[in-house]
Amino acid sequence: MNRISGNKTVGVIDYSSKDHYRTKVFPSPFYSRQEPLNHLKEWGRWADYLSPRAYTSADMEYFACRNACAVFDLTPMTKYRISGADALAYLNRLVTRDVEKIKPGRVGYTVWCADDGRVVDDGTIFHLRENRYRLCSQERHLDWLLTNAMGFDVAVEDETHEVAALALQGPTSCAVLKKMGLGDIESMKPFDIRFFDLENTGLMISRTGFTGDLGYELWIEPQYAELLWDRLFEAGRLYGIQPMGDEALAMLRVEAGFIQANHEFLNANATVRSSHTRSPFELGLGWLVHFDKPNFNGRKALLEEKQRGHRYNLVKLDINGNKPATDSYVFTTGKKFAGTVTSATWSPSAKASIALATLKAPHGRPGEEFLVEIYYQKELKWSRVMARARVVEGVFFDPPRRRQTPPADF
Amino acid sequence: MTDMNNHVVVIGAGHNGLVCAAYLARAGRQVTVLEAAEQPGGAAITREFAPGFKVSAAAHLLYMLDENVRKELSLDTAGLSFSQQDMKTTALAEDGNHLVMSKDAVQGANISSEDQAAMKEYRRLMGRFARLLHRMNNRIPPRVGSGNRDDTIGLAKTALAIRMLGRKDMREFLRMAGINMYDILQEYFDNPLLKGALSMEGVLGAKLGPRSNNSVFCALHRMSGMQGTALPAGGMGTVSDALASAAQKLGVKIRTSAAVTKVLLQGDRVGGVELQDGERITAGTVVSSADPKTTFLNLVGAKNLEAGFVRKIHNYRSFGNAAKLHLALQGPPEFKALNQSQLGDRLLIAPDMDYVERAFNHVKYGEHSAQPVLEITIPSLYDDSLAPAGQHVLSAVVQYAPYQLKSDWHNGKPVFTGQVIDTLAKYAPGIRDQILHCELLTPVDIEKEFRISGGHWHHGELALDQFMMLRPVPRAAQYASPLNGLFMCGAGSHPGGGVMGSAGRNAARAILALESSEGQQP
Repeated sequence: MNRISGNKTVGVIDYSSKDHYRTKVFPSPFYSRQEPLNHLKEWGRWADYLSPRAYTSADMEYFACRNACAVFDLTPMTKYRISGADALAYLNRLVTRDVEKIKPGRVGYTVWCADDGRVVDDGTIFHLRENRYRLCSQERHLDWLLTNAMGFDVAVEDETHEVAALALQGPTSCAVLKKMGLGDIESMKPFDIRFFDLENTGLMISRTGFTGDLGYELWIEPQYAELLWDRLFEAGRLYGIQPMGDEALAMLRVEAGFIQANHEFLNANATVRSSHTRSPFELGLGWLVHFDKPNFNGRKALLEEKQRGHRYNLVKLDINGNKPATDSYVFTTGKKFAGTVTSATWSPSAKASIALATLKAPHGRPGEEFLVEIYYQKELKWSRVMARARVVEGVFFDPPRRRQTPPADF
Repeated sequence: MTDMNNHVVVIGAGHNGLVCAAYLARAGRQVTVLEAAEQPGGAAITREFAPGFKVSAAAHLLYMLDENVRKELSLDTAGLSFSQQDMKTTALAEDGNHLVMSKDAVQGANISSEDQAAMKEYRRLMGRFARLLHRMNNRIPPRVGSGNRDDTIGLAKTALAIRMLGRKDMREFLRMAGINMYDILQEYFDNPLLKGALSMEGVLGAKLGPRSNNSVFCALHRMSGMQGTALPAGGMGTVSDALASAAQKLGVKIRTSAAVTKVLLQGDRVGGVELQDGERITAGTVVSSADPKTTFLNLVGAKNLEAGFVRKIHNYRSFGNAAKLHLALQGPPEFKALNQSQLGDRLLIAPDMDYVERAFNHVKYGEHSAQPVLEITIPSLYDDSLAPAGQHVLSAVVQYAPYQLKSDWHNGKPVFTGQVIDTLAKYAPGIRDQILHCELLTPVDIEKEFRISGGHWHHGELALDQFMMLRPVPRAAQYASPLNGLFMCGAGSHPGGGVMGSAGRNAARAILALESSEGQQP
């Protein structure tokens, strides 16, 4: 384990048990259960792990999530254990939002920046107990996190491989967990954390997710991964439970309006040109920047940016027609270049072609109209359409059950 | 305008701290200098190291003192005087066939007429380059890519100054500035002793051997003071005393035995400092002449800075490699074939470039040199105040002695001291019997005595990547820091180490310019 305590690095990364130089890609601890269900045998790669792109059909998995419930393997998500007397002070310097407001047993969404105020990544902070946190993100940041540890009494450890995790998302998710015998699950509010006993094994559940729906994330030691999967699917049999892969999740998260690293922004620490990085304001995350903290990475630059104004606006576009506007240019109605689409999908729930797009400021006012240049192919013939698009406020799909406590029973 | 806002605290009464304080006081600011030691001077002091024997404890030769500082602060009337100026350098040969270099001649060691002619060209060229650096020494370094008008003009001026060298010399400058003494000296000279002595100019105080790139730059930096080598009367303490008295005359308050342990913050700007005994002193502006690591990592604290900046400061190269030897001698030392008048020269033990390079090799592996290189002065020959009548002090810079010794300095010091004396005895065979007292300051001792993190006498390596707008690191290279109201004025800022005072003078100008542009101060 790589560990830093104050200015001292203790130990080195121990991959000996991982055999990583032979395999390079690990099967998830849920692999024995995923493999027979993965009819398409299409495996993608997420960090160190094999991750199913889809088990049967992305559309069916999407509908399972919106109408019943779906299970997504979260294990590959990067997880850092942050502990020690200075854990809170450390996180408060690292991220833009005030971590003091994330009480024990709660989760908070946040972004963190480099000194120049450009986003390194977004993710969630789990306040497990006093002086003990888990930071989850898509990208790897151990070097940056250890750099941040200089001068703090804090230990930072990569626990990605030590925690297996599943997301259970969709309207019947609460009912499934109740059926599993996890008492009082319905009283959990969004962003709550609870600890349960699953056949004498510790199971942590948080009411979180990446789908914008009612849902939970379940965290367990890898050796009990299969037990968790089996109990979940037994309980969910009559509740329409389905496994879900990356492709369905991609549709769900755009509907929910969630940004993702390498789509809406690049890790500022790994990007050469500063014009290609984004500030929290440019991602619509100004609400996560708490200037009342005296010091955090990027504070000075963000204060200046707040005065000067930012360069880009991240917007949600409702686009005419049914052709997904993947990678499209966005033009003003006067056909001047205005920006690019960063994520796009057909939204089955909103019944619309939707997209997240980065537009040059000051473009992006709600209701502002644009033209989106979409190329598509029909029987090998390429066509181009300049589809009308409109900036919408709020998310494309936002069911009340997402926040409702207790959730509806089924 | 409250008093607190007008009050400036300068941390450290080293020469740069005193210079900065003096200029700020001259501009009407109320300035207090806080010095941890019992006397002002920092690493430019004269102190007793054995009963009756005094020596310049760290820096022992003055060759870079900023002439603007000397003039503007009237240091000559404040007590600055010299016991020796324009000193010659004598490169010692084990067989007694020494080489003597004066301002415009080089003699001895069977030097050829070709080498003498080459020396003229070498000095002309290096002199031109040094003058170029000299002009930059007195400028606040421009920032790159800021879009600011003054920065753009500053960059243009720098580029123009290089271009004005003319096509031929400019090409030579661009070729030579980043490379190593070994290659350049091989191009110019044959005489091994001459090359050994000249190569030492590029490695003194640095973690560099003659074959290390940046050593030409280091030599140019030493030359950029454009002053001859001099011994202040009464040792380096005289320079500091003159600066202290000039500063006091301008209204600066100097408090000694007042060690600052913390820079206090009020939100995102400084509010003052805290002393070791817990006393708090409020100030709207705090200027630190301490080295960058001490300033940011100890006094401000990494927690109060952004992580990228902390990483840069952490990676700033500032481990010292030079030790200082002080000997109390019962009589004048006798070097082989060295007459009485030559004894007072700056004496070098660097017989050839490979010797220097071999001495350096050890550093790479965390060892001290087995056969060190030395820069020796015997200041008591010119100065009765330093030693009892008839007795003498020998002061020498000794390389290489890495701060991070693989064993440790507690065990390493007696071994290294023995090797240094052995080396000296090869040139002055009787010296061992003349030694009454011996003191060797390793970088660890220098760190402790002078409170310089890493014990590097220049507050960090002088190299192209730690110079001008890169010294100590970007975002802190214009004497300002990421914290509002906190400034830097020590050798860790441009133009770096050597008893110059330019960093202190530039810092004062930067502070006054910034505050007048912000309209904070009258």
